[in-house]
Amino acid sequence: MAELLTPEIKARIGTANPPIRVEVTRRDIQKYAVSTGQKARKYLDGDEAPPLFHFGYSMEILPPEALRKDGIAEDKLIPPLPLKRVMAGNSDTVYHRPIRPGDKLVITRVLKDIYQKDGKTGPLIFVVTETVVTTEAGAPVLNETTSLIAR
Amino acid sequence: MTAYENIQVGDALPSRDHTAGIVQLFMYNAAIWNPHRIHFDHAYATQEEGYPGIVLDGPLQGDWIGQVVTDWIGADATLVSFGYANRRAAFLGETMTAGGQVEAKDDSTREVKVSLFLKNAQGEVTIPGHAVVRFR
Repeated sequence: MAELLTPEIKARIGTANPPIRVEVTRRDIQKYAVSTGQKARKYLDGDEAPPLFHFGYSMEILPPEALRKDGIAEDKLIPPLPLKRVMAGNSDTVYHRPIRPGDKLVITRVLKDIYQKDGKTGPLIFVVTETVVTTEAGAPVLNETTSLIAR
Repeated sequence: MTAYENIQVGDALPSRDHTAGIVQLFMYNAAIWNPHRIHFDHAYATQEEGYPGIVLDGPLQGDWIGQVVTDWIGADATLVSFGYANRRAAFLGETMTAGGQVEAKDDSTREVKVSLFLKNAQGEVTIPGHAVVRFR
């Protein structure tokens, strides 16, 4: 198969976004819990965050004029790919401890891998990133591995 | 609430239907700060991107199958790992059924592995998933 991934693209493997620092509030957990239809009291009361609460922290906070026409912020971690139709793939998270209000977290996203496979309908590019969430003191909170597929 | 000793491989986890309305979807995208137009701008989603309607966020559907696990274990176990995969799109107004079943038990660690699914009304799985929980 024709190699679509240039040395410039592959050189980005291993790079990371600057860490994001967040302070978790009870109100943010409550908003997330209500909007996802949670039933558990600990989530609705904001005592503990549901398992995918951290997803919102991957969203960069930008003014509308800085977004693409589709409303998405450009992903600075992932280099421009030769295939443009990008779909979300898998998300796999290992949990070390729950997120609670008052937590001060450090969130780092790392580009773990970019590779090409031949699908039935043509070449596919897989992009694997890892989101590492720790406390400010460095204690592990969770690690999420996410894949994107471009076709 | 679930007692570890009573769990058997093949047990079904309680299922639950979700039908997101436009207000819930707005709340979700506001809560996670997601300005992607396919999730709130019907004209854009249908005319510019060719979708049949407003698209449900994948991570929202992932959360729904996560709740199958967290509601099942209550305070009796902790979540060790959880994963989901985006397989098919789902759209505003669709009723989605979240469920799962026990796949394996490990008595040495008191860990239980479950498989999870979110299905549309046609029975098509839009989001499969899996989780491992550890009982106290």
